[in-house]
Amino acid sequence: MAKIHVTTTINGEPMEYLCEPNDTMLDALRGPLGLTGSKEGCSSGDCGACSITVDGRLVCSCLMLAAEAEGAEIRTIEGLAHGDRLHPLQQKFLEHAALQCGICTSGMLVASDALLRKNLNPSEEEVRFWLAGNLCRCTGYDKIVRAVLETAAEMRDGIKEAAQ
Amino acid sequence: MNLVTNNKWIGQRTIRPDGMDKVTGRAQFAADTTMPGQIWGKILRSPHPHARIRGIDTSKAEKLPGVKAVVTSKDIVDFPIEKGAVMLGIQDMRWMCRNVMARDKALFPGHPVAAVAATTEAIATEACKLIEVDYEVLPWSIEIEDAIKPDAPILHQFNKFDGKPSNIAGRLEHKKGDIAEGFKKADVVIERTFATRPVHQGYIEPHACLISVAPDGKTTIWSSSQGQFMVRAMTSMLTGIPQSDIRAIPAEIGGGFGGKTIVYLEPVATLLAKKSGRPVKMVMTREEVMRATGPTSGSRSTVKIGATKDGRITAAHGTFYLQAGAFPGSPIRGAAGCSFTPYDIPNLLSEGFDVCSNRSKVAAYRAPGAPIGAYAVECVMDEVAEALKMDPLEFRLKNGAKEGTKAAHGPTFPRIGYIETVEAAKNSPHYAAPLGKGQGGTLRGRGVASGFWFNAGGESSAQVNVTEDGNVVVTTGHPDIGGSRAGIANICAELLGIDYRRVSVIIGDTQTVGFSNLTGGSRVLFASAMVVTQSAEKVIQTLRERAAKIWNIDPEAVKWEQGAAHPASPNAGQFPPLTLEELAEKAPAMGGPIGAGVQLNTQGADGGFGTHVCDVEIDTELGIARVIRYTAVQDVGRAIHPGYVEGQLQGGVAQGIGWALNEEYIYTKEGKVDNPGFLDYRMPVCSDLPMIDCIMVEVPNPKHPQGVKGVGEVPLVPVMAAVANAIYNALGIRFYSLPMSPPKVSAALDAGMKQAAE
Amino acid sequence: MADIRYLAPRSLDEAIGAFAAAGSAARILAGGTDLLVQMRSGIVRPGVIVDIKKIAEMTDIEETADGGFRIGAAASGMALSEHPRFGKVWPGVLEAVNLIGSKQVQGRASAGGNLMNGSPAGDSVPAMIAAGAVVTVQGPNGRREMKVEEVPAGPGRTNLKPGEILVSFKLPPRPSGSSDAYLRMIPRTEMDIAVVGLGVSLTIKDGVCTAARVGLGAVAPTALLVEPAAKALIGSKLDDAALEKAAEACRAACRPIDDKRGTIAYRIKTAGVLLKRTTAIAAKRAAGK
Repeated sequence: MAKIHVTTTINGEPMEYLCEPNDTMLDALRGPLGLTGSKEGCSSGDCGACSITVDGRLVCSCLMLAAEAEGAEIRTIEGLAHGDRLHPLQQKFLEHAALQCGICTSGMLVASDALLRKNLNPSEEEVRFWLAGNLCRCTGYDKIVRAVLETAAEMRDGIKEAAQ
Repeated sequence: MNLVTNNKWIGQRTIRPDGMDKVTGRAQFAADTTMPGQIWGKILRSPHPHARIRGIDTSKAEKLPGVKAVVTSKDIVDFPIEKGAVMLGIQDMRWMCRNVMARDKALFPGHPVAAVAATTEAIATEACKLIEVDYEVLPWSIEIEDAIKPDAPILHQFNKFDGKPSNIAGRLEHKKGDIAEGFKKADVVIERTFATRPVHQGYIEPHACLISVAPDGKTTIWSSSQGQFMVRAMTSMLTGIPQSDIRAIPAEIGGGFGGKTIVYLEPVATLLAKKSGRPVKMVMTREEVMRATGPTSGSRSTVKIGATKDGRITAAHGTFYLQAGAFPGSPIRGAAGCSFTPYDIPNLLSEGFDVCSNRSKVAAYRAPGAPIGAYAVECVMDEVAEALKMDPLEFRLKNGAKEGTKAAHGPTFPRIGYIETVEAAKNSPHYAAPLGKGQGGTLRGRGVASGFWFNAGGESSAQVNVTEDGNVVVTTGHPDIGGSRAGIANICAELLGIDYRRVSVIIGDTQTVGFSNLTGGSRVLFASAMVVTQSAEKVIQTLRERAAKIWNIDPEAVKWEQGAAHPASPNAGQFPPLTLEELAEKAPAMGGPIGAGVQLNTQGADGGFGTHVCDVEIDTELGIARVIRYTAVQDVGRAIHPGYVEGQLQGGVAQGIGWALNEEYIYTKEGKVDNPGFLDYRMPVCSDLPMIDCIMVEVPNPKHPQGVKGVGEVPLVPVMAAVANAIYNALGIRFYSLPMSPPKVSAALDAGMKQAAE
Repeated sequence: MADIRYLAPRSLDEAIGAFAAAGSAARILAGGTDLLVQMRSGIVRPGVIVDIKKIAEMTDIEETADGGFRIGAAASGMALSEHPRFGKVWPGVLEAVNLIGSKQVQGRASAGGNLMNGSPAGDSVPAMIAAGAVVTVQGPNGRREMKVEEVPAGPGRTNLKPGEILVSFKLPPRPSGSSDAYLRMIPRTEMDIAVVGLGVSLTIKDGVCTAARVGLGAVAPTALLVEPAAKALIGSKLDDAALEKAAEACRAACRPIDDKRGTIAYRIKTAGVLLKRTTAIAAKRAAGK
């Protein structure tokens, strides 16, 4: 079986790996790339635990072939913080107790970040519908939604402050 | 015990110790672990609901290049039926060994019959297909009513009920007074029969393990489980490897809710690792989780409650039939023992029947059995209150259990908080708020319900060690599924008087911490807090002794406050305080390491009560019910970390809403699960739910140093009845079966019935 | 174990060559939100995967000179929603495409994949049928067009010939006073396969409906064009009697099954309910045009 050689960019770093033609991007992340932050909950695109962005688009990495990453810009949970500087979403999740077991958290954060990049003033309903593809069984979503809304508010204020 | 008041850390919303790893993707769950040379294990599963296994031929699989080991039930230690029960906690190892791998019979589609380890997942999967199993297919039954018919196919011939082989594997009853006399005194008697479907705990992380067995038998297990000591014990009993040779390490766990309190993969992976000489990794697919692990029971319950016209319950009778699945052991104890417990009922008979059938063996699910029984009882309570023209919360207050009430399951209650939860619900902003008008042809309704769960204590071990630089490491024994590490950090920081960030809390494995019973029964914070408290008190005693030596005074004259030793009174002398850091630095010269460990079988756990208020809005043309407002009131003892106590309430409520409205196991005509995935096993998504308000009533547990009561399981118990009662309030239709899914609600509306048929 | 090959051709001719050469062993990869699930569960074992996303014609979204739209078959729902004009002209088609799965799925899933997967419940299909979409397919024997309602042949099957690839959708220019809508019934608020899906496109002039098309999904082996329902609406003022007649036509068109998502009776009833609701939304939108 001939493996495919893929050259791509992950969290801003150039990376390469070998993969089978039918490996998913999630397989590549968790296997040869050793980036186990993206989780496998269902392998059918129904739980969102494997969420990443590809060229800025939020996708399930279990629904993408590893080979498709060629030439693309991939971002995963591992790229959300910068060194020891957490993204405001990560900080808010901690402060709001918006996680318990943590298995959905990577996907939730990647999806929430994708939302805020698109819309920094979402309503509660918009947040809930945006995150509908990220299943959580522990929290009932309440604190997650609060954390996202509060992060959005603070980021809006931060932009206003910076602009002043 | 003196409760600590004026707390600096207890009751604070501190950052959980494991939080940083979880928000950055660094946390290691079982499937994230790797070992050099690891290979992959896969399981071959029965396609039949019921079949005799006449023979298994693994020769072709063994010859496939890349295959390193094959395992069948021959490799697993047998626990012969005729030798009688061998209990490990509440699990009978005769069923565990047969559940992990079928012996003479396959008892459900998905029942493991063999396993293969190979260099890649693909090869292992391919090899499984090459294993030839000679099945003699047998008739099967899944639903309770089919399994208890006189001519039902019997799963276990040795299982006798009324002298004949039967699928009824057990019965229990709780009795108080004389129900016949009690019902005679009643002015209103309501009797109803209820049905619920099997539902899955729904943890997002599939079962996974990585196991290495060295040539001398030393075994290392990383697994996703609610009890590393349970993993060690079950693996030891099923493989023959002594417990002292097994190091079971609890990986971070991605949800359990009771479903990971037993093992499925570990003994098999251990044998594959032993045979192959390579570490073996096994990860279930979502489909395997749904087909072959244990959802909770489907049920059939009949509940009869009688009350006088001034609202006093005189008698109650409950009969709860619960599905056990392939082997005995459904949670009839929870159903029969908890469902009537919020009430002071003078005449009571509560019976549970354990029914085997050809579906996967049931596993614990958050207050096992209690939500099933509470759905039935709390709906009948609602009907009785309505017949009496009483407010449903008033009715509960009038009959509520208090200190001194003798509970159905035996004990006489000490100080409990049930009445407080009803009062808090009654006085809540939610209950006072108008229901409002539904938009565009929808109807709204409000419902309430209560619930109870036993909670447990049990064995726990902990160590509290002071580092050389004057901080603290706490080692506890239970996997953290709710935020217990955060609670322990708060408690330890409080006791030692230091910032919680100076306390590191970790979970030990079977070789680094003393025996600790599994995570379940809402016991982790209760039990670990006790042993951590006692350990910390020993540490404080040592610190006082060290300071006393330095000051040349009696240790009794030293007090420990705000992270330092101080003279207890001016008489003791004028000495500047000695901080934890200073005493740690001096430790080697002053007698050695500062630390202590405690192991206990903790006692004094008390049950928990909750009362919930639920508003629904129903699209009457399409039969779709949505929960638009929810308030969960619970007596939580003491909220050591309020954020994670609220989290337990909110999570349990969300699961209950799913159970009430959409979750169910659907079977094909061939007896197989038709919806083994998150697409058609419909758990609530973010947009399905409103914010979930929590009111934490604190009636501290007098038998616990911090007043802790278990909180994790009660939140699921009242939910389905609260939703059902709300739907009744909206539509005037009672639903006696779950889920109340759109086609069912729509059909009931069309039929214009007062009571929905099943 | 058979070898699988992954190809990412840069031209349609190259894609068709590879696709046709591999015969029944080949599968087209657009968003992968159906294909990868089927591969994972073992339902489908392709020998060759032809990724068409590097072909501009397959992913472009353009407004044509006459005011119509041409949508590449592999354009994702998210890309469609980001087009500055498409959602204003065809809000129903857009909402249908963007009801498929989650936001993650919408980042990849395409109307073309949805149509070619052949699910009777695919969300975009009833809306495309209502819109009067025409698809362009190309194969070894050249290019041709088909009405979108002619594409589905049954569950999992289409009427494309062997070797043909779906290239794009063409949506006609809209007369003023036109709009569309799509609704589906699902038990939760998201993430479910449609129990019933219904699309309505209509034109209203001086309060009278002058044109209408109704597409109905998840109630028969294929999505349906329900002409009697449209007839009941055309010429009417979309009054209660006309809506009821159209609803009845939808109910009568249903040939549903009982399955894990819904019962026959429920689907039939719901088809009628959705016709009324969807028409009301489309009419309100059309009034604004």
